[in-house]
Amino acid sequence: MNTRYSFGGDEHIFVEVDEEMSLEAFFKSLSMTNAVRESRIRGVTEICPANASFQIKFDPDLIAPDDMLAELKSLENAAAKADSTLETRIIEIPVFYNDPWTHETLMRFRERHQDPSGTDLDYGARINGYADVDSFVAAHAGSPWFVSMVGFVAGLPFMYQMVERSRQIQVPKYLRPRTDTPKLTVGHGGCFGCIYSVRGAGGYQMFGITPMPIYDPKQEISYLREFMIFFKPGDIVKFKPVNRDDYDAAVEAVDKGRFDPLIRKVRFSLDDFQADPAATNAKLLEVLHGA
Amino acid sequence: MALEILKPGLSTTVQDLGRPGYYHLGIPLSGGMDRYALAAANLLVGNDEGDAVLEAVFLGPEIRFGADATVAVTGADLPPKVDGAEQPTWTAFTVKAGQVLSFGFLKSGARAYVAVSGGIDVPVVLGSRSTYPLGALGGHEGRALKSGDNLPVGTVRRAAQPNASVPEALRRGPGASPVLRVLPGLYWHRITEEAGRRFFEDTWKVAPEADRIGYRFRGGRPLDFVPREQPFGAGSDPSNIVDSCYPYGSIQVPGGTEPIVLHRDAVSGGGYFMIGTVISADMDLIGQLQPHQSARFEAVDMPAALAARKDRARMLDEVKAALAG
Repeated sequence: MNTRYSFGGDEHIFVEVDEEMSLEAFFKSLSMTNAVRESRIRGVTEICPANASFQIKFDPDLIAPDDMLAELKSLENAAAKADSTLETRIIEIPVFYNDPWTHETLMRFRERHQDPSGTDLDYGARINGYADVDSFVAAHAGSPWFVSMVGFVAGLPFMYQMVERSRQIQVPKYLRPRTDTPKLTVGHGGCFGCIYSVRGAGGYQMFGITPMPIYDPKQEISYLREFMIFFKPGDIVKFKPVNRDDYDAAVEAVDKGRFDPLIRKVRFSLDDFQADPAATNAKLLEVLHGA
Repeated sequence: MALEILKPGLSTTVQDLGRPGYYHLGIPLSGGMDRYALAAANLLVGNDEGDAVLEAVFLGPEIRFGADATVAVTGADLPPKVDGAEQPTWTAFTVKAGQVLSFGFLKSGARAYVAVSGGIDVPVVLGSRSTYPLGALGGHEGRALKSGDNLPVGTVRRAAQPNASVPEALRRGPGASPVLRVLPGLYWHRITEEAGRRFFEDTWKVAPEADRIGYRFRGGRPLDFVPREQPFGAGSDPSNIVDSCYPYGSIQVPGGTEPIVLHRDAVSGGGYFMIGTVISADMDLIGQLQPHQSARFEAVDMPAALAARKDRARMLDEVKAALAG
């Protein structure tokens, strides 16, 4: 890993921990942002961790940009040695794959896609070497995903598939971004999965939709009353394929305030995961579904 | 006291100086695109400089006042009228209970700031009254105004000076041939030296896709990339990166063709490389650019960016001094 620092105008410092994505880069970025938060450097106004990088916004009237840069660099060595375990949570997210709403949308924007003759799922399955959409969906829903960034729009999680790199699903983004994406679309671009928290523009391939809201500015939904945004970096997600009936029932449960997402506390160790991803995932799923 | 919105204009939103602290969750700063004009409008009517005002884009709203108030319109040259009688911009004037504030056609600029003594008193959400329409957050019901909306106005704290006016020299705007100063950086190394030189030589035009999220420019020559094997997770296009944070003012160039400068309602991150960042002092100016208007980018270094920031702050101090005297 080769850490690179650059000023983003006179109010930001951008720190690229690594050019390529890996969980090691994510953990180093996370520990550096934690260190920045704990060191309470004067003039820091926003601390934004990303997948393999992070960004600090600061007030140059309170701290000179070069001093800010020196402060960040001084934190790097300690962060590299930081413990890469996380007390976090695993959440089950129901997904209605191949649903009519994302299907209608992807047909509407077909001329912006690499392969206008099929659907995004057909395309994703084919270029990732799956025989059919069913086996592709089984792979997508088969392993847990690691939330490595929250952003783009309010509360949108970027998720990194927790399998060996050779098995990770990768797809390009649309040739030209769509101007519309249904709210709660489960998407994929590069190696990252995402859930669109709000309706709007988007460039990720669309695979399905979840009935579980993850952003509620009115804070009326039971599990979003304390804060309007559900996800934070470090969360672990497991998708559960559901059919139309299950989807409709879940939407109704959300509306009536009865929807209760399955969430369990869990400890994640990067070293354990690197040593044996399959066994680590099996343990995570045991916690999720276990007694 | 309330304001009754008779006509909303094209896109009129409640804005203050924004909502810092939530960008790491994808909730942007929001707030006035031209913060200088917003602050000046507030100072003219005796408000604090960060009180909530209306930001009207291209076309003004029509508003019936429920009580007497002092009003000022700054930023774009969008002539205000009280019951049809034209009023000067950058100058405080009175609107009496029952009178209607409306606007003539836009003469220059893009966004007018309408401050009312007492400030627009919508609820504070996450520390700000600013509207973030994409997230349906803040402002009036999280959206641009509609006909029939009623906006509460706060209590007047300071008596405004009637006919107070910002001196001509302190009415900051982009002028006839705007130059946006840029600190190169971020992923600048991804383009060739020749492409970097051309980016600053070329004249660009504001594209129709120009809003609070970002301003798109077109008309300059496409950028050539330094060849590389794309890093894992970035995506296959040479303009793709592993999704990272986006600074406010950062200039991304999807596909190397049309630069987009992110503004106050920025998407907080994504997978397109950026060649640098518009300096903080020039962000206000972008908010006053109209589609099809020409603009150039100029490379500056950090000392120049900080000097420009000080100049802007000094101008605002001079506005305060002029209005206090």
